[in-house]
Amino acid sequence: MRKVLMGNHAATLGAVLARAQVVAAYPITPATQVVELIAEMEAKGEFSGRFMRIESEHSAMAALLGAASAGARCFTATSSQGLAYMHELLHWVSGARLPIVMVDVNRALAAPWNLWTDQTDSLSQRDTGWIQLYCATNQEVLDTVLQAYKIAERVQLPAMVVLDGFTLSHVYEPVDVPTQEQADAFLPPWDAPRRLDPAAPAGFGAMEGPKGYMRLRKRLALDMERAEDETERAGAEFGREFGRDYGVIETYRTADADTVLLTSGAVGSTAKQAVDELREAGRKAGVVRVRLFRPFPAKTLRRVLRQGQKVAVVDRNYSQGQQGIFCEELKAAMYGLPERPEIYGYVAGLGGGDITVELLKEIWLETDSGKASALEPAWMEDPR
Amino acid sequence: MFEIRFHGRGGQGTVMAAKMLADAVLRSGRGECLAIPEFGVERRGAPVTAYARISDKPIHARTRLYNPDAVVILDPSFADDPAATAGLKRGGEIVLNTEKSAAEFASRWPGLRVHAVPARRIAVKHGLGPATSPMVNTAVCGAVCAAFNLADARSLEAAVRETVPAKVEANVAAAREAYALILEEAGHAPA
Repeated sequence: MRKVLMGNHAATLGAVLARAQVVAAYPITPATQVVELIAEMEAKGEFSGRFMRIESEHSAMAALLGAASAGARCFTATSSQGLAYMHELLHWVSGARLPIVMVDVNRALAAPWNLWTDQTDSLSQRDTGWIQLYCATNQEVLDTVLQAYKIAERVQLPAMVVLDGFTLSHVYEPVDVPTQEQADAFLPPWDAPRRLDPAAPAGFGAMEGPKGYMRLRKRLALDMERAEDETERAGAEFGREFGRDYGVIETYRTADADTVLLTSGAVGSTAKQAVDELREAGRKAGVVRVRLFRPFPAKTLRRVLRQGQKVAVVDRNYSQGQQGIFCEELKAAMYGLPERPEIYGYVAGLGGGDITVELLKEIWLETDSGKASALEPAWMEDPR
Repeated sequence: MFEIRFHGRGGQGTVMAAKMLADAVLRSGRGECLAIPEFGVERRGAPVTAYARISDKPIHARTRLYNPDAVVILDPSFADDPAATAGLKRGGEIVLNTEKSAAEFASRWPGLRVHAVPARRIAVKHGLGPATSPMVNTAVCGAVCAAFNLADARSLEAAVRETVPAKVEANVAAAREAYALILEEAGHAPA
């Protein structure tokens, strides 16, 4: 049934429909409502899992580390400083191969204090061994939480589902909410291959020397690489069950596009409007929205983007001393290919600045006209 | 695409008015609707802005809106504020919470159509908050649905029931009263 939901509540319903068994969380704007609603549903008997109020984000992830080690399906949500505070545990969870799913609501990092959307919080965690999926609509938020469990459990790695602070988290729109029976048909219960069990004692978190460590990291790397195909597979399976298909990227009017906007999150939705308007004006414009960031879908992007094409990467994030992060990742994925597109970087909307249809059209036109620099990112802002 | 900007004050339920509208549009099957709060730190009495985009096609733009087709003024004190009508399209429409008649605003907003709804009076009549700061959002939402033909009365009522946390019957009555009032005035308006 379609219901008008805020993005945060779409995330909650995804976790509840996935039958998450343990939720441990500490509230932070703009992610608070994700776990607030789970607490309310638990109080009303509509959520059968265990909700743990806990003293910090670091402790929340530590609690889930324990619960997931015992074989429970786990969930939490956080944002910005809260995610940064979890950092140490994020490495531990992926190294321990625990398929925890977490929602991160993008928000800028301090200082100065800022509540608004910016991807630098989640992208700062890109080397922690978590799968990362970025959503463009509230529907996709709910659907992606369900898919994230399937992907995470198949490769035994944790997954982060990312949505734009306020722009998705607090915006209301119709979302088709599956029934519990439909969700169950898509997502079977998690049967952990190893678990803390007093009846079958085993060692967890033991010390490992260089050779063993290297071997385990290589195995983790291969499973992370496998997550690109597993994301496609879970997206196709979801499509068969619900009629909504998902892949590692979404393309829009790219088949004959001279220049494409490559972006992520809700901006990937706004970019469709910009491209429709550019097409009406006779311009060959398209959009590539990157949905899966970790693992970076290099294989798919190498197939979709071609020589002679210009790509304008719009980053609502920045790696100080380098450039926009999707841009640097795309350049790295294309380097070494004998034939590759031209890539131009744009940084926009840091700290929640509006990335408008007009701004995206301006970025597209600057790129298409050949005026953009291929070496330096351009910082762009809508003057309104 | 039909775009609306709401102006209210913290505590009036401005964001919920936009959310109820989205719900009513969905239920009446008249298209897609996004309700978008202007994101900030909420304080009682401070200016609050929200937006709604309504379309019979999928809505891709996820931004603020700068050139609305209509503005909805929940707090009458904004009637004198040029920011309330900034960017409003030529020939745009205004839904205003006021006990005056629409004709009285003809000289202030030449070329713009005003829908006057006595939302404060309706809210007070139905016991929605104190007379000094009543909850006008359900009455205003009813007026908006009628003024722009965005939802039928039954869908409006269901949306109000889904959204309001308390005084459900009073809120439904307020929304329906404002809806009927605007519909009747629209019926009498020159074509």
